[in-house]
Amino acid sequence: MSAKVDIEFTVNGAVRQVSVPADMSALDMLRDQLDLKGAKEACGEGECGACTIIVDDASVCSCLMYAADCDGRTIETIEGVQTVDGLDPIQQAFVDQGAVQCGYCTPGMVMQAKHMLAKNPNPTEGDIQRGLEGNVCRCTGYRKIFDAVAEAARS
Amino acid sequence: MDQIVEKPETLIGKPIPKPDAPDKVVGKTTYINDMVLPRMLIAKIKRTDRVHAKILSVDISEAEKVPGIVAIATAENSPKGLIGVLKDNPPLKGDKVRCIRDEIAGVAGETEEAVDEALNLIKVEYEDLPTVFDPEEALKDDAPLIHDNKPGNLSLTFDFDHGDIKKAEKDSDIVLEEKYELHYVTHTCMGPGCVIADFDTHGKLTIYTQTQYPYNYKMDLAPALDIPAGDIRVIQPPVGGAFGSKLDVYPFEPIAVYLAKKARRPVKLFFSREEEFIASPTRQPARVYIKQGAKKDGTITFRDVNVYLNNGGYTSWGATIPAVMMRTMTGHFRIPNVEFHSKAVYTNNPFAGSFRGYGNVQATYVTATLMDKMAEELGMNPIEFRLKNAQKPGERTPQNSLLKTAALADCIKIGAEKTDFLEKHTANVAAREKPGRIRQGIGIATSIHNAGGAKIHKSDGCGTILTMDDYGRATVITGASEIGQGIDAVITQLVSEELGIPTSDVIIANNDSAIGPWDVGVHASRTTFIAGNAARNAAVKAKHQILAAAARQSNVSADQLDLRGGHVVQKDNGVSVTKLDRLLRAMHFAGDDAELVMVSEYYEPPSELEDKNHVGDISAAYSHGAYITELEVDTLTGGVKLHKMTCVQDVGKVINKLGIEGQMEGGIAQGIGYGLSEELIIEEGIVKNPNFRDYKVVTAPEMPEIECHFIEDDEETGPFGAKGISELPCIIPGASIANAVYNAIGVRFDNPPITPEKIVRALHGDKVEAAE
Repeated sequence: MSAKVDIEFTVNGAVRQVSVPADMSALDMLRDQLDLKGAKEACGEGECGACTIIVDDASVCSCLMYAADCDGRTIETIEGVQTVDGLDPIQQAFVDQGAVQCGYCTPGMVMQAKHMLAKNPNPTEGDIQRGLEGNVCRCTGYRKIFDAVAEAARS
Repeated sequence: MDQIVEKPETLIGKPIPKPDAPDKVVGKTTYINDMVLPRMLIAKIKRTDRVHAKILSVDISEAEKVPGIVAIATAENSPKGLIGVLKDNPPLKGDKVRCIRDEIAGVAGETEEAVDEALNLIKVEYEDLPTVFDPEEALKDDAPLIHDNKPGNLSLTFDFDHGDIKKAEKDSDIVLEEKYELHYVTHTCMGPGCVIADFDTHGKLTIYTQTQYPYNYKMDLAPALDIPAGDIRVIQPPVGGAFGSKLDVYPFEPIAVYLAKKARRPVKLFFSREEEFIASPTRQPARVYIKQGAKKDGTITFRDVNVYLNNGGYTSWGATIPAVMMRTMTGHFRIPNVEFHSKAVYTNNPFAGSFRGYGNVQATYVTATLMDKMAEELGMNPIEFRLKNAQKPGERTPQNSLLKTAALADCIKIGAEKTDFLEKHTANVAAREKPGRIRQGIGIATSIHNAGGAKIHKSDGCGTILTMDDYGRATVITGASEIGQGIDAVITQLVSEELGIPTSDVIIANNDSAIGPWDVGVHASRTTFIAGNAARNAAVKAKHQILAAAARQSNVSADQLDLRGGHVVQKDNGVSVTKLDRLLRAMHFAGDDAELVMVSEYYEPPSELEDKNHVGDISAAYSHGAYITELEVDTLTGGVKLHKMTCVQDVGKVINKLGIEGQMEGGIAQGIGYGLSEELIIEEGIVKNPNFRDYKVVTAPEMPEIECHFIEDDEETGPFGAKGISELPCIIPGASIANAVYNAIGVRFDNPPITPEKIVRALHGDKVEAAE
């Protein structure tokens, strides 16, 4: 059992304090300690993007980040995207454009799309394709995800 | 003042979002991998590191001492029942291991850390046995025997003959003889393997599973557990993809049950991604020897096909893919004389299961590239040769598939017109002679697939129960499983259309075998057709009951009434007779005449089982597709860039525009991977690339533009005319790409995937060898 580290950070707007093993990933901390199970572990090696979260202003594979390194950071997960007014325009576009099938990659896709649009509000189709290259989807063939991101950029 | 309800626009063909999508985009959906039950234990599997060895001993004594370990299952202390299509697979291996994934023990504990520690402490002693990895080698007399009771290492064989191929060969003007080597690929579902087993105090099992065939799953699981199938309740939480990978019981599932029984606590067993690559079924690899003849005028005279399937250590559905492969080999294009022989042969490789396309991916790669080769030999163009041999509506194939609405010729013609195929094809061939690094290519491939179910079990049916509540909502309890593909949306739409209620007023219940009526499972492109018919028929019955009651209350006869916008209306003028919810309450609370709207439908398609000679019209409908790929090849690096895929498919009728396009595009991505990049590399029985870095699925930048043209010929037996559509998109692209690559560079690849390395070796082989 590795040593515990006490950390404090902001997640989806709320300050949280947790004690985590030094070797725990941010993904395991979010899922198992904070019960934020939206981010998925589909590979655990940073190769599929299903665990994508936004840390400060970077999109990150949370399976590759130590939980301890969340200390002092501001984190947004898929659970923080929806507002009291309803779905975020990106989420609504994923629904309307048919960008979701099994949905296992969807939380990571939505977070990566959100990050991409924050950096580049008017992406070309090429920008969208390159922006999502680290996120694997096995169901949709990506075309409807491209449509959703383009739709969200317009709205 | 009468209320008039205008006739709404039909929902059929409209883009209806999936009802499960909103929860999925906010991260709220609880997948099986996310589930936690009270007092649930974590479990993993101790796998062998040998490919063929006698097990001398399994020592769990140190592992049992690890704090937090609650149960360890081994062959010695667990039920002895077998799983698999031929019941040749003990979930836990006691006598020998036959392939690298083999399961030695299951360990359940309080934490993942404890389980990992215990797995490392299990000691296994082996005596290695001689190995064999090639199916033709494994058939030889002196080959090591994988199963003592399977002489010659033979698993399953399929044989079909029609006409006289020997005479046809003599009568042919040209004969082509080719050998294809079709590779291992795997599903890579985004949600890794997971199962949760839990016994109640009566000893009845609840199993939370990713299965896509919940009802026969009980029948297949029970023998391994020593409990009756009726004591198993199957619950299907949302899953991260399936694509055919969950059509059998695999060892991890009974192992979780053994552990739950021992621990008397719920047990969750799950895979890492590496384990998912190594211990999931693959698509069935195949070595195909094929001979095809033709007359000078382009008339095909015969096909002679011999297939060797590398079965691996055990028999799952992979060994049965010839049932589908054969339909294309014998019946795609008019083949007057044909023989097909296949042998699935045990080896020490991992074993294959079912995978979207089910043998037709392999068959189409072979036949569609062979059609191009033969056209060239004959001096015909690829379109002309195909049209010459395309069946007409009403023809039957040698296996008796009735091609009622065969749209093959239309698919080919439309595809060729939309893409200026012939002009581009000719220009690309001419351009090969000119200097230049980048070559353009265009290629066509076609196939056929069952589109009205596939009767491979005694029943190909689906049960549905439809009830209406006091508020006008319909609950549809269907046997059909939702695994992400979108059947919930389709059923919602069909029921909504019949009952004149909003899609938001339809609730689907379909994840619990204790509640749902029987269905054979999500496979064979059957669900929209079969479950769609069942749901629509149930809705029609409910509608009749409602209109009969409305007729009794009003002075209008039932045949003059309709359901529209939540009202019962007069059909001709839309005048509301009553609101639907008010009528439902009146029916419900009518004292001695009380009735609930609660109907059921069991739909069995009009199809037949094959006889022992593989003759039978197994599907109520068939569908054709012609896919045209435009791409470029970098002759320096071997890189292939896809520009566009134009897909013409005979779909009967579009039900959900979003759903059908999603199935097309998703299938195409898997088909592109098959043709260009995906290969599970297995050397001496060991999986060498069990990760997404080295196993290359298609990612966003590689996805070409896709243009779909749907031929809607209104299949008379389909729901609102629809056919099943979702396997052809995965089946055709690989061959279409291979033909386009040939058009670009003049090189054939009969061993997909067509990787940059293979292209570079083909174009610059001498220099590559010199450099090595």
